[in-house]
Amino acid sequence: MKEKGWKEIPIAGLIVEAGNAREYKTGDWRTFKPVRDVEKCTDCLTCWIYCPDSSILVSGEKMVGFDYNHCKGCSICAQVCPVKCIEMVKE
Amino acid sequence: MKDILALTGNEAVAQAMRQINPDVLAAYPITPQTEIVMAFSQFVADGLVDTETIPVESEHSAMSACVGASASGARAMTATCSQGLAYMWEIVYIASAMRLPIVMPVVNRALSAPINIHCDHSDSMGARDSGWIQIYCENGQEAYESTILAVRIAEAERILLPVMVCFDGFITSHAVERIELLEDKVVKDWVGDRKAKYSLLDVDNPLTYGPLDLQDYYFEHKRQEAEAMRNAYQAIPGIIDKFERVVGKRYDYLEEYKMEGAELVVLCLSSTCGTARTAVDRLREKGIKAGMVKLRFFRPFPAREVVGALSKAKAVAILDRSDTFSNRGGPVFNEIRSAFYDNENKPLIVNYIYGLGGRDINVEDIEKVYTDLQGFHKQKKVETLVNYLGVRE
Repeated sequence: MKEKGWKEIPIAGLIVEAGNAREYKTGDWRTFKPVRDVEKCTDCLTCWIYCPDSSILVSGEKMVGFDYNHCKGCSICAQVCPVKCIEMVKE
Repeated sequence: MKDILALTGNEAVAQAMRQINPDVLAAYPITPQTEIVMAFSQFVADGLVDTETIPVESEHSAMSACVGASASGARAMTATCSQGLAYMWEIVYIASAMRLPIVMPVVNRALSAPINIHCDHSDSMGARDSGWIQIYCENGQEAYESTILAVRIAEAERILLPVMVCFDGFITSHAVERIELLEDKVVKDWVGDRKAKYSLLDVDNPLTYGPLDLQDYYFEHKRQEAEAMRNAYQAIPGIIDKFERVVGKRYDYLEEYKMEGAELVVLCLSSTCGTARTAVDRLREKGIKAGMVKLRFFRPFPAREVVGALSKAKAVAILDRSDTFSNRGGPVFNEIRSAFYDNENKPLIVNYIYGLGGRDINVEDIEKVYTDLQGFHKQKKVETLVNYLGVRE
């Protein structure tokens, strides 16, 4: 993405587009990535509650996956999971 | 029908604030500003204003609350001095960088240490790099009118920078003067409603104020801030023109006194200008070609106007009521001297640091400065570039 000049950006450091943090991919910051054993998972959604990056994907009250574009590999999900179905794997 | 009242400078500014009727006032007391908010609080209690008044726990909180309010589209004001301004320091820079049009009376008081509650300009001069516009007011009438003027300057779309309205602690803030108030309706029409382009309360256009910048964008945002101050320099004269029609007086970048053919000139700010005028009158009676220039706006720095006013003089004394401790004189002196660098006509320019901690300056002191200037002019050189006027050796 080409960097913009001072005349092309909003003043005051304002971010005028709501929720555009979604476009800023931080997944490549990871060293370890969470991998889930689907058989063991009970859909308790504890990992979703604790994830600091909103990177646990949930649909229909079921855990459906990880947002690998934003997961930074902090491993909190693996540590709080009550059935230990999440493993941190080196990428 | 204008009201004419006997008011202190603080009371006059409180009247201006009553007429402006800001949405939010968040303030903390400090001598010699306290009476502004005290008087304003009485207006609140009497139901004369609609202002949401927040008595915060510190000046840091005061400016923080103003930033939050202003970012939400509100017209926000506060007032402070000295250590109070120092306490809100980090937020002061944030307010201007966030381009929030906050108007803040600053009742000039010396910075500690030692603790001193009296007048000098070290507080607001210390903030000269903060990106705030600075207006220095000679007396209560100017403080009153400048506060009203400041609202339109701050909120001008090309500007969007906060404004410090500075006036001398105790000398102006506590002295009673004959103050002519504008009619409430006139001030109300002048300030109008604030039309904030970027507001946190605009739920149809959600936005974020105050994010992080890394090395890749901070410089561009600061370049924009520099451009805002440049735009302010261009746009302020037009606003002053409009204000002249309202108040019958020009609030130009500077004001000249008996400058026709003036060879020996003193440039000063704020209440000292009143004293200097008397010195000029006395000297002119003796046939000495003395003149005085009052600098109103220190930010933006009106280099062209200053050079224009001073270039025909032979010897100029710049009076600074604060020191930079740079080993090279006061702030006003340095900026003016720098402005003259490229000019063909360069008068002798010398600095007098005076009045620190409320040390009095009187007509005789200023007459002495003119005597010195006469000497420098005759010898065609300056003896000492930076002098301390009124200190005991």
